[in-house]
Amino acid sequence: MIRIDSVTKRYPDGTVAVDRLSLDIPDRSITVLVGPSGCGKTTTLRMINRMVDLSEGTISLDGADITKQPVNTLRRSMGYVIQNAGLFQHRTIVDNIATVPRMLGWGKEKARARATELMERVGLDASLAKRYPYQLSGGQQQRVGVARALAADPPVLLMDEPFSAVDPVVRKGLQDELLRLQEELGKTIVFVTHDIDEAIKLGTMVAVLRTGGKLAQFAPPAELLSDPADAFVEDFLGADRGIRRLSFFSSAGLDLKTSPIVAVDSTAEQIAERTTPGVPYLLVTDLDGRPLGWSEPGALTAGAVDTARLLAYGRPFAAGKDSLRAALDGSVLSPTGWAVGVDDTGRVVGVVSQQAVGEAIRSAHAAVRPDTKAVG
Amino acid sequence: MNVLHYINLFFSDNTHWHGYDGIPTRLREHVQYSLIALAVAAAIGLPIGLLTGHTGRGGNTLSLIATAARALPSFGLLVLMFVLIGFGLVPVMIPLVVLAVPPILVTTYEAMRSVDPSPVDAARGMGMNETNILFQVELPVALPLILSGLRSAAIQIVSTATIAAYVSLGGLGRYIIDGLYQRNYEKVVGGATLVAGMALVTLALFWGIARLAVSPGVRRSN
Amino acid sequence: MNDWFRIPSDLQNSYFGLIGLHLREAVIPVLVGLVIALPIAQLCVRLRWLYPPVLWVTTVLYAIPSLAFFVVLIDYTGQTETTVMIPLGVYSLVVFVPAIVDGVRSVPQETLDAATAMGLGPVRRYLQVQLPIAVPAIIAGLRVATVSSISLVSVGMLIGNQGALGNLLNDGQVYHQPRLIWLSVITTAVLAIAVDAVLVAVRLLLTPWMPRGTRKARPAPAEPATEDAAR
Repeated sequence: MIRIDSVTKRYPDGTVAVDRLSLDIPDRSITVLVGPSGCGKTTTLRMINRMVDLSEGTISLDGADITKQPVNTLRRSMGYVIQNAGLFQHRTIVDNIATVPRMLGWGKEKARARATELMERVGLDASLAKRYPYQLSGGQQQRVGVARALAADPPVLLMDEPFSAVDPVVRKGLQDELLRLQEELGKTIVFVTHDIDEAIKLGTMVAVLRTGGKLAQFAPPAELLSDPADAFVEDFLGADRGIRRLSFFSSAGLDLKTSPIVAVDSTAEQIAERTTPGVPYLLVTDLDGRPLGWSEPGALTAGAVDTARLLAYGRPFAAGKDSLRAALDGSVLSPTGWAVGVDDTGRVVGVVSQQAVGEAIRSAHAAVRPDTKAVG
Repeated sequence: MNVLHYINLFFSDNTHWHGYDGIPTRLREHVQYSLIALAVAAAIGLPIGLLTGHTGRGGNTLSLIATAARALPSFGLLVLMFVLIGFGLVPVMIPLVVLAVPPILVTTYEAMRSVDPSPVDAARGMGMNETNILFQVELPVALPLILSGLRSAAIQIVSTATIAAYVSLGGLGRYIIDGLYQRNYEKVVGGATLVAGMALVTLALFWGIARLAVSPGVRRSN
Repeated sequence: MNDWFRIPSDLQNSYFGLIGLHLREAVIPVLVGLVIALPIAQLCVRLRWLYPPVLWVTTVLYAIPSLAFFVVLIDYTGQTETTVMIPLGVYSLVVFVPAIVDGVRSVPQETLDAATAMGLGPVRRYLQVQLPIAVPAIIAGLRVATVSSISLVSVGMLIGNQGALGNLLNDGQVYHQPRLIWLSVITTAVLAIAVDAVLVAVRLLLTPWMPRGTRKARPAPAEPATEDAAR
């Protein structure tokens, strides 16, 4: 555990970047430091590996004060990923990744082998090994940065806005990769970002800092959304707090109807049989069971359904796995007001109305605390 | 007047290719003077430039020293040294070194300062010590500019080493000085051509060194 | 104290007279070189392919030892001041062309685009946007060229005593008066430093838009690759 105890950073000109910050960063999880510019998040991160000296207070790693160790030993035990990756442009990718192992005395072959293994881990094609940084895209360079930080298998990973410099599509991919990596590796990650959505998506615990380096709230993201500590946090969280919080409620409890579903080659009897009282539409699927669209029962021609005249089915959600937010979104996207639940292969499992989703939301609120991890 | 004519005359005269005043001898002497001066200037300028460039401190002082050194007239310095120290290699080396240190010093400093701070920060965060950061992270990237400073100094040295002849030493300057006093323009032009040729060879040498020493990752991204 | 500055009569000049002469011999070629370099540099900026060959030619010219240059010219311009000033002009040209080209090229493309979008034609863009921004680089070139020139004038001493302060070097040896040699070296050096300081002041005056101090956020326009103090 990383204990930050009443830490203050004061600069010679009087600016206080971090003001009596106290945090306990739990092991084997992602803790995000988030806040507007000037809130001291990067300064705090850089104090952990002593890139910045503390003015007051202590930071201890597993009980040991970090200032009592030789600084380079400390740094070599932590991975450090920065914006723009900071790759060594004069070295090949594989040599970049092998930097810390080589520093620790590993042989060239062993270090390179480890580097190649890591490249695969972070999703980089092995053919890039002998390339130089200038030949890689921004997203690829960032992955190299992460691989480089992981090379010596440090227990702690410090990440300073690592995904801010890439475009949103690439960023989402990198975020998903990080979550997957974390599931495999279980590192203690301290992650700095100015993007509250990134914080909510990635963080197991989120520390919101305000300008001037003070802690505003330290809580799991779901709690942040449901109970912001004050007006600043609420404001920082932004609009649609309630809806975003729904990401933390699973759709597993939804009662999916399986009756109003017909295949595209259904006969008139089957259509009649499937028409459910209280449900004005039927979902038409293809022969494989995948959704095609909605239709009123009367408008269906038995045996030869005209797929062009079907109503849009919106976006299906992964039944049982996706969140209530995804289910709600699906139901809003279809003009019928019904959402379609599918399995891993994309085949329809069942359908649910907006009203039913609404009821599920109400009972979820009334029930015990929601999951601490965003479901989807 | 035909410069080319003189060049032709000079190089086709057989006697110019032999003996203590022959082209090979003078060339060798000139190369010797130039190499020594460059080595000494680099030994002074490189370490200081690398260190101040790495720490970022002392840039102002460096500027001042470079300006002062440049202000010293090479020729005047040569005569002064000769009068004070007498005949020998040292009175010639001093003005040459004083001449060559500023470009090496200033260019090395600026090359180091212009290195992208991101990799340096990353390296520090990884736990690299300062010496390793200087030599493994900053130097390889600053190398092209540093080489250009060395190259510039080398060319100046090659050209100025001709003054060695004024204080009775050898080198290609011998042809120029002798040619002046003997009113033998053939020699003057021949000597100048040889110096210019040597400068071109120096350029080619540095181009080759750059190709060998500069990492492809740095070369291409420039 | 006055004895220190006494000049032998064969030079037919006073101490300050020599300084003035030296300055004249050094500065005029530099200014002429600048005037000639401006259009050449502009051509190199417009026609990119022209720049490398121009650089090659200037490097070769630069390598020619000053003395050789002087001697070759004796046939044409005799043993006069002009013989000294022409090569100095050529050398300063060699310093200015890369300095101006790099300076003009250092103007960011966005700035130029904005200027074009506002309706400034090529000439106005050059005079109102590119040249002013290139001023620091040009002044850097001026400093190098002038200091170099001041140093090289002394070599003119070998050509019938056309070296102004450099002439003292010869007299010092002939009359066995080291004082004269010291005088020559120190005066020339001080002169060069003084002129350099004046140019720095000029740059500060001309570029109020530049941040003061040496903290470089981005690399400063590199000193002209060809510099010299004397050959």
